[in-house]
Amino acid sequence: MTLSGNIAIAGVYEHPTRWAPDKSDYQIMGESARGALEDCGLGIDDVDGLFAAGMGMGVMGVVTLAEYLDLKPRYLDGTNIGGSSFVAHVNHAAGAIHAGLCDVALILYGSTAASQAMAIGTGGRGGQDAHASFISPYGLTTVGSYALVAQRHMHEYGTRPEQLAEIAVTMRKHASLNPAAKMRNEISVADVLESRVISDPLHLLDCCIISDGGGAIVVTSAERARDLAKPRVLLRGCGEAVCHQETGAPDLLTIAARQSSEQAFRMSGLTQDDVDVAAIYDSFTITLLVTLENLGFCKPGEGGAFVEGGRIGLGGALPVNPDGGGLSSNHPGMRGIFLVIEAARQLRGECGPRQVEGAQVGLVHGTGGTLGVAHSGATLLLTGD
Amino acid sequence: MAEIEHPKPFADWETRAYWEGCGRGEIVLQRCGACSKVQHRPRALCASCLSGDIEHFVASGRGQVYTFTVTLQNNAPGFREACPYVLAYVELEEGPRLLTNVVGCAPDAVSIGMPVVADFTAPDRDLAVPRFRPA
Ligand SMILES: [Zn+2]
Repeated sequence: MTLSGNIAIAGVYEHPTRWAPDKSDYQIMGESARGALEDCGLGIDDVDGLFAAGMGMGVMGVVTLAEYLDLKPRYLDGTNIGGSSFVAHVNHAAGAIHAGLCDVALILYGSTAASQAMAIGTGGRGGQDAHASFISPYGLTTVGSYALVAQRHMHEYGTRPEQLAEIAVTMRKHASLNPAAKMRNEISVADVLESRVISDPLHLLDCCIISDGGGAIVVTSAERARDLAKPRVLLRGCGEAVCHQETGAPDLLTIAARQSSEQAFRMSGLTQDDVDVAAIYDSFTITLLVTLENLGFCKPGEGGAFVEGGRIGLGGALPVNPDGGGLSSNHPGMRGIFLVIEAARQLRGECGPRQVEGAQVGLVHGTGGTLGVAHSGATLLLTGD
Repeated sequence: MAEIEHPKPFADWETRAYWEGCGRGEIVLQRCGACSKVQHRPRALCASCLSGDIEHFVASGRGQVYTFTVTLQNNAPGFREACPYVLAYVELEEGPRLLTNVVGCAPDAVSIGMPVVADFTAPDRDLAVPRFRPA
């Protein structure tokens, strides 16, 4: 029996908070677990697989989390490959469920990145070990690593700042339809270009916001999900990949999404033309642009033209991040879990004013790490029931 | 505008030849004795064929800017005061692309493809940080 079509996302929950100085990361995870289990009609006692990653959890964080929730699952996965981790957790959960190693997988994230004033984009002198010493002397910031990609993309393909800005404008327009989004006032291309440059060519409004937040996903077999509370969202294909500096000469414009999506599409039997809605990690405008190319929605170098004219907006040919994404809705340090949650809710048809009408096929792609230095990618293809 | 206060590199036995080379004003790369592949960063074995037959050689120190960004905001001490500074990948004549800084010219004078040459900070305990300046 193939994995494709036999695993389901049964429950999801996005914590409504964007600012939670009075909560711990674990509390946000616990409240999110309650939300996702209520969503599908299961209880905490049904959970026998636990998956989590976080920025402040430490190397044994998933063990601490199990104690916090007084869980003794038979399957544990603390994989941390950056912001894409939770997309990868869905892959891992699918494999474990398919192999009979657990029945009900709970994937959790919670973070107070904003209220703890975590310097995510533009702070930190970097580590001092032998590996970090090839990076930390030079003042690499998270924004800077993506700016290196943007500059190269502009050089090779003539991509313009206005095209990157249109991505930010589209995400903000989507966020204006999402009551939970942090930034809901609409912006223009000129607003983006006039915002201060953080790391050339990326402006402040090319960068994701920093918020608090969290979420939860319940994954189980398609068979078990049939009797649960909400319509099933079926996993059709999945893949993971990593890109790094290799032995010294990385191609910055070929990213992990290329490899992970090729596997996911192959497994699913679906093509890019079948996708009705996409949830794609938008840490920066360039992230989304170069990911669209590597996912095969357009050819390398055509991303700038692809995002113009409302194509990735609601009502366009490929609506991306109807919730407003990391650029406008929420970005508590790591964002992959929200990609899965939004895609699942879109395929269940419950998104109100930001619903993509009749969405049947959804693509999720998470990027983790720093695009220009070392990063991971994870792709899912999902269908409604 | 202050110069970047570079964090001191930490060298272990795998990377010491590289950082000591910088201290002498040389870019030192590795070549595999078994498959001839050049690699950077330095490793105890060849990442292509896993041979332990690794030799070091002095590279030309010349290259060109592969990509760069003018950093206007970095809140970390030692970098904050140096903004705007240029973070870049420089592609060496020998192939590897090094993450580095471009110094010795106005940040807005830097462009992709610009020829550059290695330029080292004053050595500290025999180690130094390699940056690049216009050739
Ligand atoms: Zn070799």
